[in-house]
Amino acid sequence: MAQKITIDPITRIEGHLRIDVEVDGGAITNAWSSGQMFRGLEIILQGRDPRDAQHFVQRICGVCTTVHALASVRAVEDALKLEIPLNAQLIRNLVQGIHCLQDHIVHFYALSALDWVDVVSALDADPVATQRLAESLSNWPGNSAKRFAAVKAKVQALVESGQLGPFANAYWGHAAMKLPPEANLMAVSHYLEALDYQRKATVALGIIGGKDPHVQNLAVGGVATAVNPDNQATLNMERLYKIKQQVEEVRDFINNVYLVDLAAVGALYAEWLPYGAGVTNYLAAPDMPTNAAATSFDLPGGTIMGGDLASVKLFSDFKDPSFRDNVQESIARGWYDGDWQKHPYEEDTKPKPGDFDENGRYTWLKAPRFEGKPMQVGPLAQMLVGYASGHDEIVKRVNGALDLVSSIAGVRVGPDALFGTLGRHAARAVRCSLMADLTLKHWEMLVDNIGKGDLEIFNPPVFPKGEQKGMGWHEAPRGLLSHWIIIQDGKIKNYQCVVPSTWNAGPRDSQDQLGPYEASLLANPIADPERPLEVLRTIHSFDPCIACAIHMLDPEGREVVKVKAL
Amino acid sequence: MADTVNKTLDPRLNRRGFLKGCTMAAAALGLSETMVPKMVEAATSAQRPPVIWLHFQECTGCSETLLRGAHPDLARLILDIISLDYHETVMAAAGHQAEEAMHQSMEKNAGKYLLVVEGGIPLAENGVYCKIAGKNAVDILKEVAAKSAAIIAYGTCATFGGVQAAKPNPTGAVGVDSIISDKPIINISGCPPNPVNLLGTILHYLTFNRLPALDGLKRPKFAYGRRIHDHCERRAHFDEGRFVEQFGDQFHKLGYCLYKVGCKGPETFANCPVARFNNEAGVWPVSVGHGCIGCTEPNFWDTMTPFYDRIPNVKIPGSGIIEDADRLGTKILGVTAAAVGVHAAVGIGKRLIKGKSDGGE
Repeated sequence: MAQKITIDPITRIEGHLRIDVEVDGGAITNAWSSGQMFRGLEIILQGRDPRDAQHFVQRICGVCTTVHALASVRAVEDALKLEIPLNAQLIRNLVQGIHCLQDHIVHFYALSALDWVDVVSALDADPVATQRLAESLSNWPGNSAKRFAAVKAKVQALVESGQLGPFANAYWGHAAMKLPPEANLMAVSHYLEALDYQRKATVALGIIGGKDPHVQNLAVGGVATAVNPDNQATLNMERLYKIKQQVEEVRDFINNVYLVDLAAVGALYAEWLPYGAGVTNYLAAPDMPTNAAATSFDLPGGTIMGGDLASVKLFSDFKDPSFRDNVQESIARGWYDGDWQKHPYEEDTKPKPGDFDENGRYTWLKAPRFEGKPMQVGPLAQMLVGYASGHDEIVKRVNGALDLVSSIAGVRVGPDALFGTLGRHAARAVRCSLMADLTLKHWEMLVDNIGKGDLEIFNPPVFPKGEQKGMGWHEAPRGLLSHWIIIQDGKIKNYQCVVPSTWNAGPRDSQDQLGPYEASLLANPIADPERPLEVLRTIHSFDPCIACAIHMLDPEGREVVKVKAL
Repeated sequence: MADTVNKTLDPRLNRRGFLKGCTMAAAALGLSETMVPKMVEAATSAQRPPVIWLHFQECTGCSETLLRGAHPDLARLILDIISLDYHETVMAAAGHQAEEAMHQSMEKNAGKYLLVVEGGIPLAENGVYCKIAGKNAVDILKEVAAKSAAIIAYGTCATFGGVQAAKPNPTGAVGVDSIISDKPIINISGCPPNPVNLLGTILHYLTFNRLPALDGLKRPKFAYGRRIHDHCERRAHFDEGRFVEQFGDQFHKLGYCLYKVGCKGPETFANCPVARFNNEAGVWPVSVGHGCIGCTEPNFWDTMTPFYDRIPNVKIPGSGIIEDADRLGTKILGVTAAAVGVHAAVGIGKRLIKGKSDGGE
């Protein structure tokens, strides 16, 4: 007997997401992903100064802060064919790298861990045994029996206060929670430590960006972070060293705690490895350019189709037409007027609010497609593209993570284990560790360049008469992001964002191809339909950001059509 | 103002119902019956003040500031100081269990909880542009506000409508005080605001049991009482007529005033130069070399844009009032910019001021 479950709101994500699933015989047989908020930022951008767009679009998301601003200035520069100085490129890479560290750490601990970690079970843990377990996995100095006892007392006090706050009414004691009490206590302790370490990253980002969230140091043509080693109001060696030290401390936490916890969770939940693959077409953007012209990169971008690693194709650089010519979005199942699948430059979208209709329209999200196919984006996509194409650093790290999981689980785990729900988490942890090293590498490159006497940060943009089109892309923490702009006589004529969470959370299209969230839920087990913990596990593994995912554009500048909701 | 520090069990709460609630809570937690007396004892002793946090049309940047806050840090805040009974980004529960948690807190703490709102509230099409658990944002706000003790609108979206309210405001977004008029409201604007201003307000309220003094826009004076320009470390450069003409130029490398590359500090009320962002980073946008964009002011997305054009009619030291600068989108609130330069000394560097900005200025 099939049963329908609606989970609304999905919590511990950014934004307003509703998931509906059909359950039959203890497993999910159908799924619908629905974005529940619309803001219309792309309408608001029309007619404005292209240099201002970065500030508007950064407000698409404060969890994915920095990423839309980066994509935006790149889109305008692409339209103007404007190259930026090397320092600006490297400073942007530091913004990208440092933000990524904070974002991935927060995602695993604050937004996902409670799907796997039973906080209440930690009350039954023995702190000394917890120390033994933790020491068997890692040399992290924070893993002491004293600290674990203090964390346990903290949880005890919270429970006894009768005010559980954010821990109230959750799925504690759920049959799918498998960790022993000591592993739960260790994870709760790391959950609290993660809050301190993510904050260390934000200090480094603030020094470059002026504030975080929502950095205010980018500019069309480069950056506004003044560089001068001989001045006190600029980026000098004291400031630069502070950045380096913060990043090194965060890197230690990533390598000794985050990666290890992830491997332990993966190993202790080995029965979950097959679940949650869904769409196995993968798409990633090249990023972390190593030169001013952005023709070489430290992060590989490309595609894999149908889960076949041999099918990998790399994008050569930002100008590679194979991406920009083959992206379309479908509104067949979204609350918009019309039924089309168009290229971002061609889109003409009008909102048409409606009710949730699983056989018709049910979301504010569009369905992006590459060569007509749904694609999964995110850290997993990028790590797979790197692994399949023989990117040395990525191959080494992915193999290292798989070895760690295998040793804890006592069974050999291969790269195909990465395709599922836990694999998405593992790939994110691996990428986080890579980004820590790349951030420090690009820091060295910046310091070397400043040491040579190059203090350039900005090439002024000039907006000619007529029309220019540009696309800026960026590999954000949640995956491939692209911004598309058409400029007319120095003003924005239209602006379109095709966002990672739209790729992943988007609905079916006119051919009924499911989006990645929807496809990944199929065949997931559901032990208790009243407490659908398993749905949260798979959805959270994508790191949803729904504010990012919902966009619209009306290139004609028409008034939004008013349609009464039924 | 309700006393938020609840020292005694609300006598209106039926004891048998209360015991039953504790028993159910214990069962839900997988705890044994022996825990029930402890929970009863706890629930009748000093409680952490309950807070319900709602998200509407937002980007979660305001919630993210809590992760950056260091005094108190997030763990201390939610484990020791307040009871964060509903917050979609951090709470463990989801779906109907999450909604139940909120309603339990609303019933138990009626008239006593603090409501924090993040995000704008869309009113167009009867509010369909933002829904949670099948309800429109505006209806949720009214329902939760009705039993709150006071409301903090956190961030420029919740205070003034924010980015979605920029022209042409397709969804009819507004801030909290356009909808709620019968409750004390504190506006903490900024995009996002500095978390010290929220945490300072909460601590002020819990410690002194009253709201901090507010300005005409309901913003705490301790944070929004002065213009950015008044406390800016680059003010001396303004007064001496030393300006950055373009990012990366020789004057930018010397930390000169950013007014001519669009800084809106002269028109913006906020404590950024004093409070600084990101703890020991000790920064704010001007300190790294980018102008203020005026994000604490109402409708700044329209009044302060274009961001890279300078405010017109500001008396530049040593050169009189500049009349021919680009006009900003709409009239800036209440402050005549001309007043800004009154105390400015005659600058020694009488550089030529270009009226119309070309790319990059």
